[in-house]
Amino acid sequence: MNWKQLQTPLDDSALETMRAGERYLISGVLYTARDRAHRRIADIVETGGPLPFDMKGALIYYAGPSPAPPGKAAGSAGPTTSTRMDPFTETMLRLGVKGFIGKGKRGTSVRSLLGEYRAVYFATYGGAGAYLSTRIVAAEPVAFLDLGPEAVYRYEVREFPVIVVNDIYNGDMYESVLRRK
Amino acid sequence: MRVIDTKKITSSIITLIERASFEAPDEVLERFTSLRDAEEDETARATMEIILENAKIARRERLPLCQDCGSVVVFAEMGQDLRLEGAPFVEAVNEGIRKAYEMFYLRKSIVADPLRRENTGTNAPGFIHVDIIPGDVLTLTVMLKGGGSENMSSLKMFNPTASIDEIIDYIAAAVVDAGPNPCPPIFLSVGLGGTADAAMLNAKKAVLRGIGTRHPDPFYADLEDRIMERLNGSGVSGPGPLGFGGKATAAGVFVLTAPTHIASLPVALNMQCHSFRCEREAL
Repeated sequence: MNWKQLQTPLDDSALETMRAGERYLISGVLYTARDRAHRRIADIVETGGPLPFDMKGALIYYAGPSPAPPGKAAGSAGPTTSTRMDPFTETMLRLGVKGFIGKGKRGTSVRSLLGEYRAVYFATYGGAGAYLSTRIVAAEPVAFLDLGPEAVYRYEVREFPVIVVNDIYNGDMYESVLRRK
Repeated sequence: MRVIDTKKITSSIITLIERASFEAPDEVLERFTSLRDAEEDETARATMEIILENAKIARRERLPLCQDCGSVVVFAEMGQDLRLEGAPFVEAVNEGIRKAYEMFYLRKSIVADPLRRENTGTNAPGFIHVDIIPGDVLTLTVMLKGGGSENMSSLKMFNPTASIDEIIDYIAAAVVDAGPNPCPPIFLSVGLGGTADAAMLNAKKAVLRGIGTRHPDPFYADLEDRIMERLNGSGVSGPGPLGFGGKATAAGVFVLTAPTHIASLPVALNMQCHSFRCEREAL
């Protein structure tokens, strides 16, 4: 299996070389955000106010982890279904987000937005939350703690495995899998 | 008359949730091992390998198999010669859920109201189904059901004259459309017949028959094989493990039937993600 290394923050030159179906091991920083954190960020953008973290070049992980047990950086932390965040994706891209990690297909509008704003959508291993937890070396709550499992966490990860689903050229890994046979 | 203190129900629910959350059943791991070995595609083999590795880490590190620690679905089979004593049954079950989710650092994923969406903070209440059966034993089955796979559920009311091929087409299309979302390889549970509500409940119960078992009726065993072949067979362009490509879109097909109305043929689908979390105990 061919894995390439990738360091955050993501810059355009790295994104330009990525193609759907490629595998990367990400080291650096991810921010978790799922349904209600997206809703809150969209509300902040609309009403004005300080954003919960610096989104320029950021990588968003669609995840709602289980609580960290004593002695561990994070609990189980696999991806959630990404398409629920489709309505908020342009807002996030406008704020400078350069990548998203989740599971499952995105809508066609998101795919064209990724090309337009030059950002990439990755999948990681759904239902492998214990496995993925071992790649998280540090975790820190950042915002919306009242949302419990839907709060935003800053994760420091080492060799976190992802597959490129949608590159900036409108490529789609899930579709090419279905065409392959 | 045999009497059970409902405190026993609370402690049983705690034990069952703990086991289901951290320990993937042996028969599931055996099934995944054989699915991995049957994959020719390197990506698919590696995906199955990560799923197996996840189960080892979950057991060893006491990390939940999946961060979506589920809705707690409880199937209770209550012997009619049995009497319960103590806190009300539903309260005893919910107390077990509250304690287990706190004690084992499980994610609490239940909101009290579907539109206002405040988290209950406890993962209670559970979704409880009770059947009254002969005898004096109470059997509790706990299923931890993830939201991603549950969202791929569907129900179609067919005409009673529909052919078996039409039904298989519908089922196969639903699974392929769901693609990576329910975290394949899935355990596909099908409720056939009954009323709409009975079909949906049977679609959840069908998988309780046991991983690796065949339908006792050869007619339906054959139907399950045909559905399986449509999903995993050679030359089929299914999503494969986690939708990343490969053969293993389904890890099993389970049909549960019920008598139905002359005008009706309900077909209900419920998908279990690869993280099959189901445990049972008789009290």
